[in-house]
Amino acid sequence: MTGRRPQATSTSVTVFRNCMLLRNHEIRREDLWVRDGIIIDPEPLFFDEQVGWNQEIDCGGVLIAPGLIDLQINGGFGVDFSYAINDQASAQESLVKVAKGILAHGVTSFCPTIVTSSQDKYHAILPWITPTPGSAETGAEILGAHVEGPFIAVAKKGAHTEEYIRDLSGGSEAVEAMYGSLNNVRIITLAPEHDPTGQVVRELCAKGISVSMGHSSANLTHGETAALNGATLITHLFNAMSAFHHRDPGLLGLLTSKMLHDKSVYYGIIADGIHTHPAALRMAYRTNFPAMCLVTDAICAMGLEDGTYHLGPQSITVEGQRAVITGTDTLCGAIATLFRAVQKLIKGARCSIVEALEAASLHPAEALGIQRKKGSLDFGCDADFIMINVDEMDLLSTWIGGKRVYKKPEG
Amino acid sequence: MRLIILEDDDGVGDWSAKYVVKRINEFKPTKDRYFVLGLPTGGTPLKMYKALIQHYKAGKVSFKYVKTFNMDEYVGLPRDHPESYHHYMFNSFFKHIDIAPGNVNILDGNAPDLAQECLDYEQKIEEAGGIELFIGGIGPDGHIAFNEPGSSLVSKTRVKTLNQETILANARFFGGDMNLVPKQALTVGVGTVMAAKEVMVLITGAHKALALSKAIEEGINHMWTVSALQQHPRTIMVCDEPATLELRVKTVKYFKSLWEVHQDLTKEDDTASTVYSEYQIERKISQSNE
Repeated sequence: MTGRRPQATSTSVTVFRNCMLLRNHEIRREDLWVRDGIIIDPEPLFFDEQVGWNQEIDCGGVLIAPGLIDLQINGGFGVDFSYAINDQASAQESLVKVAKGILAHGVTSFCPTIVTSSQDKYHAILPWITPTPGSAETGAEILGAHVEGPFIAVAKKGAHTEEYIRDLSGGSEAVEAMYGSLNNVRIITLAPEHDPTGQVVRELCAKGISVSMGHSSANLTHGETAALNGATLITHLFNAMSAFHHRDPGLLGLLTSKMLHDKSVYYGIIADGIHTHPAALRMAYRTNFPAMCLVTDAICAMGLEDGTYHLGPQSITVEGQRAVITGTDTLCGAIATLFRAVQKLIKGARCSIVEALEAASLHPAEALGIQRKKGSLDFGCDADFIMINVDEMDLLSTWIGGKRVYKKPEG
Repeated sequence: MRLIILEDDDGVGDWSAKYVVKRINEFKPTKDRYFVLGLPTGGTPLKMYKALIQHYKAGKVSFKYVKTFNMDEYVGLPRDHPESYHHYMFNSFFKHIDIAPGNVNILDGNAPDLAQECLDYEQKIEEAGGIELFIGGIGPDGHIAFNEPGSSLVSKTRVKTLNQETILANARFFGGDMNLVPKQALTVGVGTVMAAKEVMVLITGAHKALALSKAIEEGINHMWTVSALQQHPRTIMVCDEPATLELRVKTVKYFKSLWEVHQDLTKEDDTASTVYSEYQIERKISQSNE
């Protein structure tokens, strides 16, 4: 990469040249202008402020796509957020380890996810998962915690510990009491059948929390009630929910519900080829692609070799691309990275590169309502992006705030 | 006047860009001595801008010490409108090169006092030391900038009301709706162009053939405003073959034969010949490769 400096200005304006951009749902040959970490429209800058660029970077013809956003990630690189975090120091260490590790997989923002735990645990963990901007030193941006449980259905507990599961009879006060504070909570996965009137969902959404429906035996009506009261997400579609039935489609029916009108209910989906069969992936893709958000649901073993590891009180075994509770066939979380999920989606759903990348960037940003700052290369968004060799779908580098935070090793 | 006849519009774009690069580099501009360039918009110069960007990328030219003055701009059109000349210039040229925004001058069609804006523009050109090289295109009716038929040949920068034909021709850029086409424009005058030290006019396509013929084969006539350049001491017309269709065989042969003369006689001061011969050699190489 080469740089030239034609003029000195007080503000830092970098032009990424000789590249293609994923912008407005298409790939076009265009330069990317970044000013002080934000993607800008250079035209008003030029004519109104009379400011030009002071650094230009030759990108060598790569594709620049928005940085990936992982809404559900339990850990990775040997760290499990739910068990590794006890205090500020352990939180710092665990979060930074994962936040830096996922840069190599194109992720620039994420929601550290905490599985069903005791009240004491939430009070010990959540205060330390503070939203933190991304950087080379701290890794990907922390958008806030995703608390998956404890207000879920016992019948759909998956790998969650049954003794900590609760219903919502205590209302939103009980929810707040359980987590301690909602300040750092970005997403709550709950079973909507616990909240038949939708009141708890409504109150949580009013506090700026994204409610996600999952680990649930809900019928479609429960799902629609939650959605109409503000729930905007479904947690790992197909997994830990009632299977599709044509007379009671359950939460899956939300993909085609006529009751939602113009409301969108996004859904997380694990495209690792194991948690979701490619045919099921295609079904979701063809039914309601604009709502699809790729998630990793990654456990501590993401980025680790085959072997047996500890997911809190349970023991898990990694074999190839599967992770199960040791001695059983119960899947307990995925180990495929988000960039791998993008590649899998392209192959599995036979969708375009644009669609697969947007399912891991634009859609999750929209699901959280942060699409003006994240998830695209639109003017005004944070300059969080990845550079890709399109021919091989190979990740070359990851950038946060216009600065490179990861570069693929040479050779 | 020199007339340079090239095979097609690619040739016109390449040649004119090379000429501009040569002129800037020979001028050796510095922070105390800027090269002042007059610039056109429209379809014809696009290929020249593309070629100039390539030369810039290849490190053959810098626009750091270049000031530019554009010929014209619509009145009342938002600056970021896709058809505004600000938008055109930024996206076709300026954003790709190292020019300082403060050295770019384009008439402001949204200025509160349009007459004052025009006076100020002339003043700015004068303060910049006059235009070294004014590049222009022409319309099928022989207009240069928005100096349509009947314009005064000594006019300066001013507000012009566009004629019906121009509005009709431009409607295609405004969704076919004539009502959306601006009815007025700010434009440099024929006199402003004439005051430049050198003028280069790009003419491509058969639809400009009559205009080219009127520009050079007949007398000076305000109904074909570009013909005023016959009285300019240093004018280069750069055209493609289709644009020569209305010229007499005699005219075409005369100018084509002059190339050899230029090459032999003006090695020192006629930079165009040098550029042209380089260009011809490259064309020959690329043709033999095909």
